[in-house]
This record gives sequence, C-alpha cells and structure tokens, in this order.
Amino acid sequence: MSREMTGAEIVVTALKEQGVDTVFGYPGGAVLPIYDAIFQQNDIKHILVRHEQGATHAAEGYARATGKPGVVLVTSGPGATNAVTGMTDALMDSIPMIVLSGQVPTFMIGNDAFQEADTVGITRPCSKHNWLVKDTDELAETIHQAFHIATSGRPGPVLIDIPKDVQFASAPYKTKAKAPTTHYKPQVKGDLAEITRAVEAFEQAERPIIYSGGGVINSGVAASQLLRELVAGSNAPITSTLMGLGAYPASGDNWLGMLGMHGTVEANLAMHGCDFMLCVGARFDDRITGRTDAFSPDSFKVHMDIDPSSINKIIHVDVPIIGDIGHILEDFLKVWKSRGRKTKSAAIKKWWSQIEEWQATKCLDFKNSDTIIKPQHALQRLEALTKNMDRYITTEVGQHQMWAAQYLNFDDPHRFMTSGGLGTMGYGLPASVGVQVAHPESLVINIAGDASFLMNMQEMGTAVQFNLPVKQFILNNERLGMVRQWQQLLHGERYSQSWSEALPDFVKLAEAFGGKGILVDDPADLDEAIKEMLAYDGPVILDCVVEKHENCFPMIPSGKAHNEMILCDEETADAIDAAGKTRV
Amino acid sequence: MTLHLKKGSSRKSAYDLKNPLDEQIETHTLAVLVDNEAGVLARVIGLFSGRGYNIESLTVAETDPEGHRSRITIVTTGTPAVIEQIKAQLGLIIPVYRVNDLTVEGPSVEREMALLKVAGQGDKRVEAMRLADIFRANVVDSTLESFVFEITGTPEKIDAFTDLMHPLGLTDIARTGVAAMARGA
Ligand SMILES: Cc1ncc(C[n+]2csc(CCOP(=O)(O)OP(=O)(O)O)c2C)c(N)n1
Repeated sequence: MSREMTGAEIVVTALKEQGVDTVFGYPGGAVLPIYDAIFQQNDIKHILVRHEQGATHAAEGYARATGKPGVVLVTSGPGATNAVTGMTDALMDSIPMIVLSGQVPTFMIGNDAFQEADTVGITRPCSKHNWLVKDTDELAETIHQAFHIATSGRPGPVLIDIPKDVQFASAPYKTKAKAPTTHYKPQVKGDLAEITRAVEAFEQAERPIIYSGGGVINSGVAASQLLRELVAGSNAPITSTLMGLGAYPASGDNWLGMLGMHGTVEANLAMHGCDFMLCVGARFDDRITGRTDAFSPDSFKVHMDIDPSSINKIIHVDVPIIGDIGHILEDFLKVWKSRGRKTKSAAIKKWWSQIEEWQATKCLDFKNSDTIIKPQHALQRLEALTKNMDRYITTEVGQHQMWAAQYLNFDDPHRFMTSGGLGTMGYGLPASVGVQVAHPESLVINIAGDASFLMNMQEMGTAVQFNLPVKQFILNNERLGMVRQWQQLLHGERYSQSWSEALPDFVKLAEAFGGKGILVDDPADLDEAIKEMLAYDGPVILDCVVEKHENCFPMIPSGKAHNEMILCDEETADAIDAAGKTRV
Repeated sequence: MTLHLKKGSSRKSAYDLKNPLDEQIETHTLAVLVDNEAGVLARVIGLFSGRGYNIESLTVAETDPEGHRSRITIVTTGTPAVIEQIKAQLGLIIPVYRVNDLTVEGPSVEREMALLKVAGQGDKRVEAMRLADIFRANVVDSTLESFVFEITGTPEKIDAFTDLMHPLGLTDIARTGVAAMARGA
C-alpha cells in the first residue's frame, strides 16, 4: 500500500508522474489546497496568467509547440467558466489539454454555494471528456485516465472538477501503472486492404493532389517526415489547411501554398481539377471546401483520419482509412514501395505544367506603396528578416491571420499556432506566452490585429512577470478588418461597428506593462523597427500602422466553388449572391 | 465500433456517388452499451440536441449491475448519412462501449410498454374493456369510473390502442419507449 496523501498532494504527484513541467493557472478559494501543494514543491512551474482564458490559450500554445498536453488550473465558478472558450478552441483544433478546476465542497454542491457552477455540465459539450471527482480515492486514477484520453486518438481537452473537500481528504496514491485503465483505445493502424486500395488509385493518378491538415502535425514529427517522403517520391503537388502548415515545408518544390477560402489560386484550382485527392489528417472543413456540391467534382478521394466521425461527414470519399496518420503513411509507403513505387510520371508532369500556369497568376502579389505600409509587405519584411531564425509564430484572428498564413513560410511542424476551427480573437498573445514558456530561447512572434490584441492584452503582464520576450506584431488598421472586408463585399459598404474607436496608444501600453513599445507608420522605417523589435530582450509591442482598407485575397466567397475565386478588389462586384450572404 | 461506410469506386465526383435514396428519411433503432457513470445520459442526449439529431424514443436502465453497464435504446430518424454520423459520434463518447444499429444488423424485436388511464361509464366502459381484451392489455387498476390498462407491444400496436381509447375517455398515458434486441443467438 502506498503512502497516504491529501487530494491536493495527489494532484501534484500525478502531474509530476505524467511528466508535467508547467501549469498555467489562476488561484481562488476552491483550489487553495492545490495551490498550497504547488507552493511546497519545485518540480512543476506555475505560470500565473491574468485571466483564465489566457491560461487555456497559453496551454494550447505550449501543447502545439511541444506535442505534450497543456495543463490548466482554475478555481470554481468564474474561474471555470472563463476557461470555456479555450476548451472549445482546443476541442475544435484537436489540442491535448488537461483542465483542473476547483469545485465547492461535495456537501455544498447543488446549494448555489458561493462560486458554484455546474462545471461538468457547462463543459460537457466543449470537452472530449470530463469528470467530477467526489472521492479522493479516485483522484489519482482519474488524472491518469485524463492524460490518456486527452492525448490518444484525436487529441482534445478534458476537465477534472475537484471539490475542495476532496483536495483536503487523504487517500493512498495510485501510480499510473497501478491505476485502472479505461477501455478507450482508438484504432491507430489503418486497415491494410483500404490502404492497398488507396495505393492502387494513387498509382493510376494523372492529376493527383495531397491535401494535408493538422492531423499530420498531431501525429508527431515522424508523420511529417513520411509525408515529405511521399511527396518527394511521387512528385505529387501538395497543399495544406491552416492547421497543417509546416508539415510539408513551404520551401519545398511541390508546395502550392495553403488552400481554402483565402488559399492560393494554384492550390484551389488543383483541388478542383485533380483526379485523385489524398486527404491526410484534415476534415473537409467548410473554409476548405467552399460549395460542397461543386467540390473537386472529378476526383477519387482517399481520406486518412484518426476520427471515424470525420469520414463522410461533409464530403463522401471513395476510400476511408481510419487510424493515426503516422502509422497509415508508413504502411501506405510500404505498400507503394513494395509494388514498385509506380506513378504516372508523364501525366503528372503535364499536370504540373497546368499548375505552373495557375502559379503564374501570382495571386499573392499586391500593390505596394511607399507612403503607407501594406500589411502584406510588413509580413514579407518580417519573413525576410526572421526566416533563418529559430522562430515560432502565433496569430490572432482576422485578416492578419490569413496574411500570416499566406506570407510567412513554415518549414517545420509545430512552428505555427493559430485558432483555426473556432477562430478565437484573443488567442494569439496568450498562445505566444505558452510557446515562449516551452521554448525560452526561441523567437516567438504573435501576428496580431489591433482589435484581437485587446481581447487578451492583460497577458502582457504575464509575459513581463516571467521574462518571456514575446514579440507582438500588431498590423494596426484601426478596423475590425475582416468584419469590415465582409461588410464591404456583402453589406454595401455599411461599416456597422467595425471601426476600432478609441484605440490605446500601443507604445504607452507596452511601457505601462513594463515592456517595450515601438511605433512604425512609414514603409521606409519598417525594417529598422522590426530589427529593433528582434533585438530587444523582453516583451515588445510593435504597433505597425498599415493601410486601413486593404482586403485579403484571393477569396472564395461564401457559397462559391473553388474555381470561383476572386483575386482583387476589381473583381468583387456582385461576387457574392444572396445565398452566400446567409453563410458565415 | 464498426462503421458501415458506403464505398464507391467510380472516378467521378463524390456527389455522383451519393445514393439518390440518401435523402430519404429512415428510422433506426440503436442499442448503445455504456458505462453507468454520472452524466452519461446527458452526454448522449447533449450529442443529439447539440448536433440537431432527432430522438423518437429513448430508454435507459442498468443492465449489468456488476459491470456497471447500462443499455440505452434510441430510436432516431435521419438520412442514411446522418444515421452514420450519429453512430460515429456516439462511438466517440468515452463511456460508450458499443453502438449496434439493430435496424441494419439483421432482424430484431422491439417492444414498448404503456399505461393508459381510461375514464368512463356505461357503454364506453364496456367497449374499452372489450378492446383491451382484443389487444391483450391488462387491467392494473380499476375504480367504478376508470381503468388503468397495461399494454405491451410494438410502438405501432400501442399507437393503435391509444387511438381507439381516445373516444372512450383516455385521460392519461405513460409510455416507456422502445426496448429492442437482435433476434437469434
Ligand atoms: C472572440 C471573437 N469575437 C468576434 C469574432 C469575429 N471576428 C472575426 S475577425 C474580426 C475582426 C478582427 O479584427 P483585428 O483583430 O483588428 O484583425 P484584422 O482583421 O483587422 O486583421 C472579428 C470581430 C471572432 N473571430 N472572435
């Protein structure tokens, strides 16, 4: 029999056993015993955020930069409800996260006690699983199970609600090895017969495309290597979702750029015109498919995914392969090689010459200016000045996010963190904090919009307190830019509430937090300002004042197909019909 | 769980592969074996309401007290694609062990129980009694002006009995929802 511990000590011991080195959290009455246990040890570092939403996004950033689960600790009631947005974000983007929340003592549950909320009820639809632990004896095993569930299969957030009396009471500690396991064991190996069918179709493909997503990154670095091997060996063109950027290098020969609503012409037209589509760890999200009944009309579709519910949810596929992407790709390559690495190389060459024609539209070109900084130009300069550095990028949500995906190049997985599925403004700053905690020596830049930045700007305090030299690169258009763009294209230029009125002075704001602030509004000074930001050893806000009414192109208007993209302002008239307006 | 995926091998659009019958609404009975833990029913119901699926009937009770397992029987309607989604989504719920689609997995039997209170006197009372006999409903309570009938059968049989009792003074009805099981060993 192992030694008795209090529930609070069990929490800390179980976290240590699970290899946790960092917890993002915020204290309160219902978690005081756990905070006491944290105080009395040095193995786990606690990062005190300024708002519990910040803790969840920081944990997401940490998780995505390391491949390990992010851990969050919050108090009952408002602490837990503040964590809901970040949990939903993690659920949508398949980020492993463990949230520990305090709860009022078991004997007070249901009494509308002070700071009581039905946390498991509230978080049921935004977690992969959750538990209310009513007995200290079950605490250790629940935590071990929580890590298993959060990290296996399709990763996601889990929550453990721990009443205060359970934290105080004692029980013997159960190690991971001794704890009862759950029956939850998702399939990791893909079905060989299906894989063989997929290979057969791949060998016959004359116009293949590989469409990869976040599942490749979640599977681990090996999956990205296998993906690269497959692309190099077959000469197939490859595109990726926002979540999958970096799995195949942007500098690679076969890279077409991102696809989808703001994807490149070549990626979207190749998706539309291909005769074989290999979807690797992506889920046919509506930002990707556009109009589903006109989506890639002539292709044979293979879908590799760990989540059985992703199969045939939106797009009907010819060959579904359920399992972990790394395992599936390994078997796919094995089968393909054993059959002699066949491809229709002459046809694929012809396909490439078609793609090169599309590439020649140079869809990411924009009209630069020498009087006002264009946001695209700002990102191109940032790319040029940082591309050889050990660099991590996070983003907020809006036009700047899409421009970051278009104009920054990601050559490795785990380097780009953005809120894809939920589109959460306020994600980027706390995520950058989490990434910097995981990689203290690396360069971490958050590409932000002025409006998004304000949503969780309090986390500048966290960055300063913990000496996290995160760089906040604000593309300041004094607008809710993406909203404004939609209002311009869809609502007769009636800019309802999309002005950022009364913006703070970002330089003073940075200084008020104890960081450095830089303002740049002249293209001639841009490089110097970026260099100054990079050189400063501490948190920086770079307020980069940009063109106010720049639009993000290419754009597939809502309700349109991949081959109905608009490329520039001149093409926007009547581009979106009434049906499109009702979509998001 | 096993998925029943339609697989096409044509090289045409995914949408050409779509069975035109797909748009037909089907009724399926699902047997879901779950861990009998707190909140499990809320997870299942939350899935249906959150994703806009239909529940025609739902029954749940512990069926294996030692293993703490419960069996939830759900009757749902939807297009074949939606039914496949429902099964896949149910399979993602952590305390769910197994999802069986009794409608496609072979012949099955379905039974439901109902209690009907019929108040009336004279001819109507006699007629209610006579019909109850035909439907093999039992009288489980009676007063001088009312009966409570217990009837077991398919949902259709209970519907039919209910329709007949309406003009005869039906005042209250409680139905259990469907319990279902595959035929054979
Ligand atoms: C929390 C939240 N609220 C609202 C939205 C809707 N929304 C999407 S983009 C956007 C504007 C973002 O403006 P800004 O951060 O300045 O970025 P820009 O588009 O100007 O680059 C809004 C309001 C959202 N995505 N998230």
